[in-house]
Amino acid sequence: MAFRVFRSINKAALSGEVTRRSFVNWLGLGWLMFTAAMGACTAAMGRFMMPNVLFEPPMAFKAGFPDEYQEGKVDIRWKAKYGVWVVREKGGFYALSTVCTHLGCTPNWLSADSKFKCPCHGSGFYITGIHFEGPAPRPLERYKISLADDGQILVDKSKIFQQEKGQWEDAEAYLPMSA
Amino acid sequence: MEAASDTLKMIINKICEPEPFFILMVLWCFASVIWADKWVKPKIAFTMMGAFFLLYLFSLTDSNFYSIATKGDNIPIIAMLFMSVYFTWLGFWRGVENDKRKAEGRPMIEEEGKEVKVLVWPHLIYIEFIVGIFCTALLVVWSIVIMAPLEEPASSAATPNPSKAPWYFLGLQEMLVYFDPWMAGVVAPSLIIVGLMAIPYLDKNPKGNGYYTIKERWFAISFFNFGYLVLWMALIFLGTVMRGPNWNFFGPFDYWDVHKQPVLNNLNLSELFFIKTLDMGLPEHWLKREALGIALTVIYLFVLPVLFDKVPFFKIGEFFKKMRIEMGAVRYYTFIFLFLTMMSLPIKMVLRWTVNLKYVVAIPEYFFNI
Repeated sequence: MAFRVFRSINKAALSGEVTRRSFVNWLGLGWLMFTAAMGACTAAMGRFMMPNVLFEPPMAFKAGFPDEYQEGKVDIRWKAKYGVWVVREKGGFYALSTVCTHLGCTPNWLSADSKFKCPCHGSGFYITGIHFEGPAPRPLERYKISLADDGQILVDKSKIFQQEKGQWEDAEAYLPMSA
Repeated sequence: MEAASDTLKMIINKICEPEPFFILMVLWCFASVIWADKWVKPKIAFTMMGAFFLLYLFSLTDSNFYSIATKGDNIPIIAMLFMSVYFTWLGFWRGVENDKRKAEGRPMIEEEGKEVKVLVWPHLIYIEFIVGIFCTALLVVWSIVIMAPLEEPASSAATPNPSKAPWYFLGLQEMLVYFDPWMAGVVAPSLIIVGLMAIPYLDKNPKGNGYYTIKERWFAISFFNFGYLVLWMALIFLGTVMRGPNWNFFGPFDYWDVHKQPVLNNLNLSELFFIKTLDMGLPEHWLKREALGIALTVIYLFVLPVLFDKVPFFKIGEFFKKMRIEMGAVRYYTFIFLFLTMMSLPIKMVLRWTVNLKYVVAIPEYFFNI
């Protein structure tokens, strides 16, 4: 089939005469090339979705030693780089995501009022991450938190715990340690 | 003098609290149509517009309002306020004039000079050309004189406080305060667009085609004014002037205090019903927990439409019945559905302001909240 198409194209090119068949063949070839070119462009675009180097901070990071934390305080040191608040309470630690569950803005920790407050639509969260103000439909998410071998706190953002699914009860969502 | 201006500012701040502001806007919507023949008289209308402008000049003496009004982003909003007032008046004035002419049996404004034929070139093109040059000149001057309100480089750790959408989206942003992002960000905007596109297909009434009128289309006009001037324009004003840090409400002359922390413990309908009213715990299963909210929503969307033409007082039922017969059932119920969806926004706003209602139906288990 392909041979016959090329032969007829070749024949037309040599003789210089355009028959109906050769015209359709040329047209088919043109469209084929066009489709192939477009396909290659799409593939090249798709290639950009997988960059060679990712300048993203790792999903798991060490958040210092437990004795660096004060009881009842929200630690905002890891907010800028990792998007995590680490909270020390009497019984232990938990790591909160800094993404508002309403529309994804970054709330601020207002220590004087003991709440996280989102500047976009006014959602408010308690220090535990539970929502109580504004339109946020569910609590802030928590990340997996544990102790590393060297005694530092290890936060792993690849594992998420959602309160409304009852996942905060999970052992990995909370690092028990009496103050 | 000082005391008088302070009192005036206090009064305006009080009026601009969400509830009175909204009530006044709704009242205006009806009053402007009912008393159209009174207020559109140029003398009265221009006195009001002058007073409005003087009020604006007076407001500029306040440092808090000045900083809002002179921000590069907000200048078009101020211009828009004056323009909407002017063009609303223009439409009303012509409508009232036409109604008067019709009653007297004289030809409409639009029919005057109809026998004179004017060519597009040069008459129309010439005007468009001049207007185009003026607009370009205005934009050039604007871009030179008014600096773009640029801020520091974006950072995922620091969201500006307050974080405002572009000015034309402030109405949508206000909507997002009351609804789930899926509803206010996707469903409602799509319904707005679809609803606006549906108007020519729903509205078969030939009255008002090609001429201004108030009397013949008072319902359509007040309905449109409510949707456009109140639920879009007024919300843009509200988002610009009355929303401050942490997205709290502030009067136009209030200092934007970052530490203002009003008590806003919002509760879902299920919590209001089971915990506050019945004084018991929330049921375990979401279906049991949200049954009341789901029932109310179903009644609102599917039972209420049938009741519109059965309202026994003020001839409301008769009015809707006539409408149903004239429009046909499909058009009529589509219209009522769009109408009810539109009205769900003000209803939800008022419920939030008065009883701190968060969601009528809240099923975070399935990301469904209304």
